[in-house]
Amino acid sequence: MTPAVPALDADPVRFEPVFAPAATTEPRWVRALLITIALAFALLFLLIPLAVVFTEALRKGWSAYLAAIVDEDARSAIRLTLMTAAIAVPANLVFGVAASWAITKFEFFGKNLLLTLIDLPFSVSPVISGLIYVLLFGAHGWFGAWLMEHDIQILFAVPGIVLATVFVTFPFVARELIPLMQSQGTEEEEAALVLGASGWRIFWHVTLPNIKWGLLYGVILCNARAMGEFGAVSVVSGHIRGETNTMPLQVEILYNEYNFAAAFAVASLLALLALATLALKTFVEWRASAESAALRTGESS
Amino acid sequence: MISALSSLNSSTSARRRVLPGFHLALGFTVLYLSLIVLLPLSALVFKTLTMSWDAFWNTVSSPRVLAAYRLTFGASLVAAMINAVFGTVLAWVLVRYDFPGKRLLDALIDLPFALPTAVAGIALTALYAPNGWIGSLLAPYDIKVAFTPLGVAVALVFIGLPFVVRTLQPVLEESERELEEAAACLGATRLQTFTQVIFPTILPALLTGFALAFARSLGEYGSVIFIAGNMPMVSEIVPLLIVTKLEQYDYAGATAIAVVMLAASFAMLLTINLLQAWVRNHGRKETT
Repeated sequence: MTPAVPALDADPVRFEPVFAPAATTEPRWVRALLITIALAFALLFLLIPLAVVFTEALRKGWSAYLAAIVDEDARSAIRLTLMTAAIAVPANLVFGVAASWAITKFEFFGKNLLLTLIDLPFSVSPVISGLIYVLLFGAHGWFGAWLMEHDIQILFAVPGIVLATVFVTFPFVARELIPLMQSQGTEEEEAALVLGASGWRIFWHVTLPNIKWGLLYGVILCNARAMGEFGAVSVVSGHIRGETNTMPLQVEILYNEYNFAAAFAVASLLALLALATLALKTFVEWRASAESAALRTGESS
Repeated sequence: MISALSSLNSSTSARRRVLPGFHLALGFTVLYLSLIVLLPLSALVFKTLTMSWDAFWNTVSSPRVLAAYRLTFGASLVAAMINAVFGTVLAWVLVRYDFPGKRLLDALIDLPFALPTAVAGIALTALYAPNGWIGSLLAPYDIKVAFTPLGVAVALVFIGLPFVVRTLQPVLEESERELEEAAACLGATRLQTFTQVIFPTILPALLTGFALAFARSLGEYGSVIFIAGNMPMVSEIVPLLIVTKLEQYDYAGATAIAVVMLAASFAMLLTINLLQAWVRNHGRKETT
C-alpha cells in the first residue's frame, strides 16, 4: 500500500518547495468544479431541509406560529423534553467521568471488552432500544407483574421515557473523554498525589481543568440527542397527549393530524436547538484548539 | 505519538493503581452499564430463546419481512455509496481549499447529528412531496421521491453524510504533502498522484466512513418513516415493522426481527472495528 516513492521524512531538514502549489494542487477549473459540487450537495441535503422547517412553520404567519408554541399540549411536551434531558444528561455525565477515570488511569483485565460494551448503544437501532424496555417492564415483561402489583407505572409513563433516553445517550460523554484522558496520561495526577492532594482534590484541580472542553463537548452532543430522540422514546411513550409526549413525538402527532404548520412550529424549536448545538460545538472546538496551541507554544519557548 | 503511548503504558503497568478511586469508579461503571445496557439487552436474548425455532424462522423469513430487509439493506447501501462519493468531495474541499463560507459549511456538516430525526423526516417529506420545493421540480419528469423507496434513500443520505466527511477529514489533514510533491517530482500527473498516492492512504478511512453510515442507516427510524409512505412490501423499513408488531402486541414477532437486525448491527460493528484497526496500522506504517 505504501506508494513507491522515496521517504522524504528520513531527511531531517524540510525544504519548502518553491513551486509546491503548482505541483500539489489541482488546476483552477478542477478546484472550482469540486467546490461547486460540494456546495450544491450541502445546499440540497443540509441547507434547504433546514430552511424548509422555518418557512413551513411560518407559512400561516407569526400569530399562528406563536399560538402553536404556547398551545397546552406543546408546552407540556416542551416541559417533558427539558425534564428528560435534565435527568439523562447528568446521569450519563457522572457515568462518563467515572468510566473514563477507571479506563484511562488504571490497567485492569477486560478493559477492551468494557470499551466495546460502552459503545454498544450506538449500534443498536433506536426502535430496539425502546423494545428492550418494553420486554422488561411491559405487562408480559420480566418485571411487568411485580410492577402491576405494586402499582408502579414505568412503561407508557415518564420513567420509561427517561430510561430509554438514558440508554440512547449512554456513550456520548464517555467516548469524548476516554481518548482525551488517554492522551493526557497520569503524570499530572501522580504529581498531585505526591504533593499530598486527596483523590477528589486531584480530580477537581488537576483532571477537570484538563478535560473541561472535552467534557462540555460530550455534554452538548448528549443533550442534543436526549432532547431530539424519537424512535426509542416513541416505542415506550404510549403517546398520551399532554402527559407522555416529548417534543419530537408532539411533532409526529401534529404532522399525522395534517396540522402541518403547528408540527413545523414545534419542529422549528428543535431545529433552533440543533443550530445552538452546532454553534456551541464549534465554539468549544475553537477554544480547545486555541488552548492546546497556546500550551504547545508555551512548552516550546 | 507512539512513544508517548508506550511510555504511558509502561508507567501505568509498572506503578499500577497508585491513583485513588479505582474501585469506586470501576464499580459504578460496571453497575450502571449492567443496569442500563446489559440487563435490558439480555431481555431481548431471553425473549428470543423462549420462541421455538420454527416460530422464529417463520417470523423472520415471511415475505413482508423479507421485502423490508431488501428495502432497508438496499437503500442503506445506495445511500452509503452516494455519501462515499460526495462525502469525499466535501472532505477534500474542506481540507484542501479556501473559499467563502468554508467555516460555515464545516459547522453545517454535523447538522444531521444535531437535528432530531423526526424534524429531518418531516422537512425532507415537505421538500420532496409532489407539491414541495424539489418534488414539484421533479414532478414534470414523472420522478416521485416522497412515499417511494427513493425517498427512503434520500433520508438515509441525509443521516449518513457526516459519518463519511468526519472520518475522512482528519486523515486528509494528516496525510503528508511531501509524498504528493515527490510523486509530482517523479513526473506523475495530478490525477495519477490522486489515484495512486492519495487514494490508497484515505481508502481505509473512506471504507470506515462508508461502514459507519451504512450501519447507522440500518437502524434509522425517525427520518425515514415520514418520507417512506410505509406501504407493506414496497416502502416499509425493518424498524417500522418492529414497531408495527409491537403495536399489535406481537412481542415475540417484534423481538425475532429485532434480533436479526441486532445481529446485522453487531456484524457491522465488528467490521468497523477491524477497519479502524486497519486505519491505525496504515497511519503507523507511513510515519515510521
